[in-house]
Amino acid sequence: MTIRLRFFAALRERLKTSEATRDVPAGASPADVWSALCREHPELVPLSGSMSFAVNREYVDRLHCLHEGDELALIPPVSGG
Amino acid sequence: MFEIVTRPIDAAAVTAAVADPTTGATCTFIGTTRDHNDGRAVTVLEYEAYPEMALAELGKIAAEAQRRWPIAKIAIVHRVGVVPIGEASVVIAVSSAHRVAAFEACHFAIDRLKEVVPIWKKEHFQGGEVWIGSQTGKRFED
Repeated sequence: MTIRLRFFAALRERLKTSEATRDVPAGASPADVWSALCREHPELVPLSGSMSFAVNREYVDRLHCLHEGDELALIPPVSGG
Repeated sequence: MFEIVTRPIDAAAVTAAVADPTTGATCTFIGTTRDHNDGRAVTVLEYEAYPEMALAELGKIAAEAQRRWPIAKIAIVHRVGVVPIGEASVVIAVSSAHRVAAFEACHFAIDRLKEVVPIWKKEHFQGGEVWIGSQTGKRFED
């Protein structure tokens, strides 16, 4: 199935893009997507402990079950204000 | 009023947005960009948002404030892009019949904003730049 990815801040700069589409296995989770990204970009590994995930603009658990067409945002620690 | 804007924030307009004849108190918080952080001289701050989600989260913060305190109205505006030193990056206004609710709800709103709203701050200083990590040490899952 295909999902849409959104990248922000430090992550956007490291990946040099703000969004992407990606094919993932049915039932994949944000944690699975993150692990795959870390395999492709080992420099992301140190960020693993601080990442949050949102699906369709709602925070979700890293083991949340993704569905076709979902928008998965990879959210580094926020620092607004 | 919940907005993510790229222009300077008019704090008076945000405050006016919560005006209500049933209220006797309005509390406006103005967060401004500071010229130093962590021992560094900061030259400029730059903010980035996930705007669609940030607006939704601002609405949730307002709804939670409305549930927890007897407030009349709440408005939150956050600026993104480059914000020169000394200018407002965020303005929150809350009105209520009596002052305690307005103060407490406003305090809650800025604290919660810093914890959950998907907005990021990049600090530019002499000789470099850095994305500021979590200011609260929290990570979010539902």
